[in-house]
Amino acid sequence: MASISTNEMKSGTKVLIDGDPYAVIDNEYRKPGKGQATNTLKIRNLKTGRVLEKTLKSGDSWEAADVEDTDMQYLYNDGEFWTFMDPTSFEQVQAGKEAMAEAAQWLKGEETVRVTLWNEVPLIVYAPNTVELTITETDPGLRGDTATGGTKPATLETGAVVKVPLFINEGEKIKVDTRTGEYLSRVGK
Amino acid sequence: MTATNWKPTASFEVLRARAALLNTFRIFFAERDVLEVSTPLRSRYATVDRHIDSFATDGGGWLQTSPEFAMKRLLAAGSGPIWQAAPVFRRDEQGRDHNPEFTMLEWYRPGFDHLTLMDEVEALLRRCGAPEFGWQRYRYRDVFVIFAGFDPFKADAAELRRRLGERGIAEPEALSDDEIANPDFWLDLWMSLVIGPQLGPQTPAFVYDFPASQAALARVRDDEPPVAERFELFWHGVELANGFHELTDAAEQQRRFEADQQWRAANGRAVPPYDAALIAALQAGLPPCAGVALGADRLLMQILGCARIEDVIAFPADRA
Repeated sequence: MASISTNEMKSGTKVLIDGDPYAVIDNEYRKPGKGQATNTLKIRNLKTGRVLEKTLKSGDSWEAADVEDTDMQYLYNDGEFWTFMDPTSFEQVQAGKEAMAEAAQWLKGEETVRVTLWNEVPLIVYAPNTVELTITETDPGLRGDTATGGTKPATLETGAVVKVPLFINEGEKIKVDTRTGEYLSRVGK
Repeated sequence: MTATNWKPTASFEVLRARAALLNTFRIFFAERDVLEVSTPLRSRYATVDRHIDSFATDGGGWLQTSPEFAMKRLLAAGSGPIWQAAPVFRRDEQGRDHNPEFTMLEWYRPGFDHLTLMDEVEALLRRCGAPEFGWQRYRYRDVFVIFAGFDPFKADAAELRRRLGERGIAEPEALSDDEIANPDFWLDLWMSLVIGPQLGPQTPAFVYDFPASQAALARVRDDEPPVAERFELFWHGVELANGFHELTDAAEQQRRFEADQQWRAANGRAVPPYDAALIAALQAGLPPCAGVALGADRLLMQILGCARIEDVIAFPADRA
C-alpha cells in the first residue's frame, strides 16, 4: 500500500490510521530553525465524523487510504441495501445503513448523489443539498394563513418528517435543505 | 485539473514593500560601513546540520541552506564586516511560515559578541518599521521558567516529556528510543509548540544563552551550567533570526561536523560532505565575531501583518 509523507498531506488527502480512513483537514508545519520539525494534522474520521489532532515528525508517513468521492445515480432500496450506479461505467455498488445515515430519508430514486467509496465500497452517501419531495401526510392547511409564522409537521414521500408552514397542504411538492432539514419553499405547479 | 495557475500570490503593494525592505537593508549597512558581498548559491560542500536538508544538484554540488560558510571564509581572508541578502534552499520545509526557497539576510561583525549583535538586530528592525520600545530579552533558561513554569537545565528527557503531556500537547507518533531519551528533542518541541508561539506578541523578543548541546556553530561559555552564546529572535510567535557568537576553533568545528555526519548516517539521512574549506579557513584564523541569519520574508510578513509566507513571495514553491 502506498504511503503518504507529511509534506504530501494536503487538505482532503485520505489516510489510513489503525484501520480507519481519515481525511486531512489541516496540516500545520512547525520547525525551530535548528531543531526537529513536526506536522500537526487535523483529521476527520470518515466513518464516525469525529475530528482529532495528531502530530508527526516531519517526513514520517501514514498509509494512503483508497478513498474517492464520485457522483453516482441512486437506483433502488431492497430493504437492506441501497444500490447506486456509476453513470459512466454502469457498475453498481451497494451501501448499507451506516453509509446511508442521514441521506436515506431524502432519496426516492434516480437522483445523482455524491458517494465516498472506500476500497470501492460506499463509506458515506451524501444527499443532494436540496431535494424536491411531495407531502404525503399533514394536518389540513389553514387557508390564507401566510403571516403568523406557525409550523406543523409534514411527512414526505420518502418518509422524512419536516416542519412546514401552516398553509401547506397534503399532495404539494416542497423544496427542503437536507443539511438542516428545513423547509425552503413550495415548488411551483 | 484546472489551467496552470501562473499568477503571483503576493500583491504588488506587498512586492513594493519587499523592494523597500531590501533597500532599507542596503542603506542601513552602507551607513555602518558593512560591505555587501555575494557568495555561491551552489557549493561543493553542504551543511550537515541534523535537521536541515540540502538540495543536491545534478552533476554534484549542493544548494546553500545559508551563506554562512562562504561568508566566514571571507572573514578569515580579512574582509572585515560583511552582509548579504541571498536566496537559500531547504528541502521539505513548507508551511505557513516556510517555503523551500527563501531570502536570508545574513551579516557578520568582527569584534561583536552575541549581545552587541542583538543591539544591532534591534536597530535594523526599528529602521524597518518594528516598534521602537518594549523589546524583550530572555535567557533560554528564563523563557522556560516564565512561559513553561520549570527550569530546562534541571529537567531530564522523561520530565520534559511528562510535562509536555500534562500541558495537553500531543507528542509526535512513532518516536525512536534515541528521541525519547534525548532532552534536546523535547526542548525543541517545547520551543516550537509551546513557548515560541507566545513570544513577541506585540514587540519582538530575543532568547539567548542556549543549552550547550544546542550550540550549532556558536561558542560555548563556561558558565554553570555551560551555555551556547547563541540567540534567536521571535516576533508574533514566529522565529525570525538565529545568531551566534561564532565558534572560531577549527578542531572543535570539525568535531561537531563529524558528529552531525555520524548522526545523519545512523538516522538514515543523506550525509553530504562537510565544508572542508571552512575548516581550512578556521585553521588560518577566523577573527572573533558574531553573525546572524534573519528570514527576510518572515520579517516582511510581521511588518505588514501577513498571515502566510506566500503573501510576501511572488511565486512560492507550488507556483515556482
